[in-house]
Amino acid sequence: MITTGFRQLFDRFNHGLWPCAIIIGHTLLGTFLVYSTPRSSLAFLALVSSFFSLYYFKADTRFKIVAGVLLALVVIPVVGVRNIFYLEVIFQICVFAALALGLNIVVGFAGLLDLGYVAFYAVGAYLWAFFGSQQFYVLHFAPGTQPSNLPFLLPGDAFYLFMFLAIIVAAITGVFLGLPVLRLRGDYLAIVTLGFGEVIRVLANNLDKPLNFTNGPQGITPIQRPTMPEPLVDSFNNVFGSLIGHQASIADMYNVMFYFLALAMIIVIIFVTRRIDDSKIGRAWTAVREDETAAIAMGIPLVRMKLAAFAMGASFAGVMGVLLAASRTFISPESFSFMQSIGVLTMVILGGSGSIPGAILGAATVTLLNLQILQGFSLYLSELRQSDAVIPLINFAWRDLSTQLDPAKYQRLLFGLILILMMIFRPGGLIPAKRRKRRLAGEEAVTEQ
Amino acid sequence: MFKHMSKVFSLFVAASMTVTACGLASAADSKAIKVATQSPLSGDQSVVGVDMKRGAELALEQLGKPLADMGFKVELAPFDDQANPDTGVANAKRIVSDPAILAIMGHYNSGVQIPSSEVYHTSGLANVSPANTNPKVTTRGYMEINRIVGRDDVQGVVGADFALGLGAKTVFVLHDKTAYGQGIAEFFKKRADEIGMKVLGFEGTEEKANFDALLSPILAGNPDLVYFGGMYSQAAVLFKQARERGYAGTFLSDDGFDSSDASKIAGQTLIDGGGSYYSTVSGPASVYAGTAKFIADFKAKYNSDPQPFAAQGYDSMAIILKAIENAAKAADGAVPTRAAVAQAVRELKNFPGITGTFTFNQIGDPTVAKYFVLKVNSADPAKWSKNSIVKTLDIAPPQQ
Amino acid sequence: MNRFLQSINARELIRPLGQMVVFSLGSAIVLSSIVLTLALGLDQTAVGLALQDKYNVSLYTYTLVNLPQVVIDGLTIGFVYAAIALGYTMVYGVLEFINFAHSEIFAVGAFVGVEILIALDHSGLLRSASLGMSYVLLTFAIISGMVAAGALAVTVERVAYRPLRGASRLVPLISAIGVSFLLQDLIRLVEGLTTGDFNRIFPSFGNFDQRLNFGKLALGETTINLGISIKSIIVIVAAMLMLMGLNYLVNATRIGKAIRAVAQDRPTASLMGINVNRIISITFLVGGLLGGAAGVLYALKFTRIDPFVGFFPGLKAFAAAVLGGIGNLTGALLGGIVLGMLETFAGSYMGVFTMGAAGSEYKDIFAFSILILVLIFRPQGLMGENVGQKA
Repeated sequence: MITTGFRQLFDRFNHGLWPCAIIIGHTLLGTFLVYSTPRSSLAFLALVSSFFSLYYFKADTRFKIVAGVLLALVVIPVVGVRNIFYLEVIFQICVFAALALGLNIVVGFAGLLDLGYVAFYAVGAYLWAFFGSQQFYVLHFAPGTQPSNLPFLLPGDAFYLFMFLAIIVAAITGVFLGLPVLRLRGDYLAIVTLGFGEVIRVLANNLDKPLNFTNGPQGITPIQRPTMPEPLVDSFNNVFGSLIGHQASIADMYNVMFYFLALAMIIVIIFVTRRIDDSKIGRAWTAVREDETAAIAMGIPLVRMKLAAFAMGASFAGVMGVLLAASRTFISPESFSFMQSIGVLTMVILGGSGSIPGAILGAATVTLLNLQILQGFSLYLSELRQSDAVIPLINFAWRDLSTQLDPAKYQRLLFGLILILMMIFRPGGLIPAKRRKRRLAGEEAVTEQ
Repeated sequence: MFKHMSKVFSLFVAASMTVTACGLASAADSKAIKVATQSPLSGDQSVVGVDMKRGAELALEQLGKPLADMGFKVELAPFDDQANPDTGVANAKRIVSDPAILAIMGHYNSGVQIPSSEVYHTSGLANVSPANTNPKVTTRGYMEINRIVGRDDVQGVVGADFALGLGAKTVFVLHDKTAYGQGIAEFFKKRADEIGMKVLGFEGTEEKANFDALLSPILAGNPDLVYFGGMYSQAAVLFKQARERGYAGTFLSDDGFDSSDASKIAGQTLIDGGGSYYSTVSGPASVYAGTAKFIADFKAKYNSDPQPFAAQGYDSMAIILKAIENAAKAADGAVPTRAAVAQAVRELKNFPGITGTFTFNQIGDPTVAKYFVLKVNSADPAKWSKNSIVKTLDIAPPQQ
Repeated sequence: MNRFLQSINARELIRPLGQMVVFSLGSAIVLSSIVLTLALGLDQTAVGLALQDKYNVSLYTYTLVNLPQVVIDGLTIGFVYAAIALGYTMVYGVLEFINFAHSEIFAVGAFVGVEILIALDHSGLLRSASLGMSYVLLTFAIISGMVAAGALAVTVERVAYRPLRGASRLVPLISAIGVSFLLQDLIRLVEGLTTGDFNRIFPSFGNFDQRLNFGKLALGETTINLGISIKSIIVIVAAMLMLMGLNYLVNATRIGKAIRAVAQDRPTASLMGINVNRIISITFLVGGLLGGAAGVLYALKFTRIDPFVGFFPGLKAFAAAVLGGIGNLTGALLGGIVLGMLETFAGSYMGVFTMGAAGSEYKDIFAFSILILVLIFRPQGLMGENVGQKA
């Protein structure tokens, strides 16, 4: 009932000039709130949520593009340099959204459950970590015993080249994994990919002998970044300096740059994904997902199509790996645990398997929950615990509340709950994928929910 | 379709409404100070991470008085880095964006500390690390980054020298494939080779339960000493299984072994044969009176024995509080700047902690790290604190 | 009495025993000949010389003398994997569904058993127990672990899997992954709130830690004690009993017949008057009971457990089940033994054969690589039948 009421309300405002007004209002409100209370999580949520106004309300496409560009290229960087935590959250949302989009191709489009997806992320990250650091000269040293004054193998600007290389290398890895295992049924595949993910992590952890490729558990650092032109920093400061309130440092500008790079990658990925989804390959994936036997009978080259899905998904993860290595300047095997694979899977499932906006929404929600909301609650509880406050009614002092109950400690529990509840109540996800029913030739394709 | 979209959307509208409703003006107290902690509070490493935070919490409770008397309200802001670099860095950025936070005690994993401290460094936030032994933590030469534990390249050497002193001619070196355990083991092996001990094998393992396969080459070589770089939870299980299969030599481990749970797991097997030793920077109760009191207080407050690095968490916090106090005094009772706090941490001289007396050198290592080698004396976990010191070493870490 | 004996299908009891012996011997012989051949081939190379330098024996002698102990160790861990794998295979056989949460059901069993023993230890009962009594207490702990795990398995099925029956294959699998993560943190939450402790330790009592020594083997200047600990024997015997019991239940009882009918064709089974939901619940109950017992046995063998203890053994047991041919009880046994043996052989010999370049840290990879290899050449597993794709 409430939903219907809300929908009516939504419809009432979703025509004419209302959408534009709401979008502008929402964005301005968000910006204003973040500006006036620079550390409030809720204000930040208000700002981030304006992307969803932008997505849901019907407005002129040109207006939407202009608003989106302004929001993403001006408001977020300015706000983000004022409070670098916001930029980090947005950056991680972008990285995970790209990963979720990649996994979405494998799981959502082709219906292959991949539980070791971060392996490809690791491949990309270690690719640049090896060539973009001093590691080449460390090959003959045991981890930790190398001298500290070694030269770098490649200049930092080779980073851009390696973003392309990572696409190829990760895609090859995807094919390499895919070839032997794609004959397997879905659930076998899940376990084998899980094993593969572990294999890559264990390799990263152990390839420090006989030749020290990965520096083992100690990880590789420092990893180079592309150069940052001085004039860019100056001009950014000239234009936005007064809005930000302080001079942006080079470190700040690197944050902005990696955010832009991640954003650009997402746009490319969305573009590619949408084109492919509408192509012959996309339809073949749908067929494979729905019924393999029927797909084979229709003459779809099963293995080729599955390999294509694996390679595509892998290459997206590979690029993001390079980006991660450069932005962190440090890489260790801990970043590529099974937990991360499950995290990305949770994002895809939560948002809606096979749905592009769903994957992004899923990534945003899980990342925000993980970095901001759960941590925020824990901090709040910890503040209460250090105060003399008492829970009214039951007269229970916050002080006595066990720290075992801190929400930030239960990330796994949360992921688990999300997966179970989504499967039971909403297997299509928050934004279910649009499924087209194709009619016979001549009839128009009908879009429905 | 629309129905769903509207539901999702309504969530966000609700969220933004709440913002306006709450206003959330953090009307901060002008004399409010926060000290952040970062350690893994969830996942399988939380067993150590939680106690590190508790150590800091206890220190704040017991040592916060001088600052309170000056009119400051000092609060703890505990963060969970999930042993994950991404979360650690995001938290770090959140921490530096809160001007009330003047220092951070943190990180258990070097893999999280190294990228996170890049953020502390750019914001001038003082970081005292209670557990990161990777040389890279300080060799970057950052003004803000300090640690109170010894470096891998020192503790491994201490272990090897001690093994030689025991008369060991052959050793088998094991580690747990973490940055910490492997770091120490690599230096142990390097030193053992240098001083002429025969290293029969050097293996890492992530295995936590079944060491049978690993034990075959060890028993075949029957080394005089088995060294394990890593935590007690693995080492004790391994030692127990080795003893059960008839190994009669000596066990040696590092400060990750310093937990009464070790004897809960391995019991009598630690005493039999050549006995068990461990090197540690954290002094036993007989040397530092504070340790016994700390263990008692900790147990009274949290109803469990402190895990490794809880005492270091306590000391890191104590150092931070003292530095803030000094900086505040220099600022005539006003809230000190972050730079002043970082400076004050470096300038502390001979700070008496419960795990040692600390002065930092120009890169943030303790100038002299005091190492003890202890012998396990009793199979009874309750008597863990009665383990006797067999050797004390004062070693200055490398200056770079 | 006679009639009772007649009603027991002796063949179903003896058959699994025979299989166990054959599998154990078979895998031991195959793997031993592989490592011995390798050792002979490498004896005169740098590998052999390096070993000669360190251990003062030839590579071939080293390999040969270590072999009996490696086989015993491999068998022990193999039976642990087999015991856990039974739970996976049971559920898969009936529902064609990977119960990903089985590893946590196993962990819950371990925790309940260990907590009971710790409580008994605190009450002083354990220390004063006679030898016979300590076996009774161990049995009690195992049964408690079984009951708890069985109840949990049935609950999980009712709450998280039953509503999803009929959905596509991946849906319940994802839900199971969710349950697995949820349970890990729930165990931690409960343990955190009640004991404040993370590691729980199996109290030492009885004679379980003792070791039966078969003899000494000379190796260079040292000697190796060949032997097996009492707890390993308990683990092997218990796993054998579990397999025989399960085999009997499935192949020689009325319930077993119903289970097989449901596995073969659910709609037809229900037309034959079988209550499908009840049978599925029973399947989960049996799987849970086995998992719980395996959990307590695991804690007995390896002493220390934590809330995440189930993950790796669970994964490997699953690999074992797939290796043997999932859905096939004998296959689970075979897979467990083969995987345990392989892992132990790899862990014991790889370091020596590669001159320390790759040691036992790769043993987990070994398990997965073998799994992948087997699936490439025999996707149905070693003993599975090729059933093709079921809608």
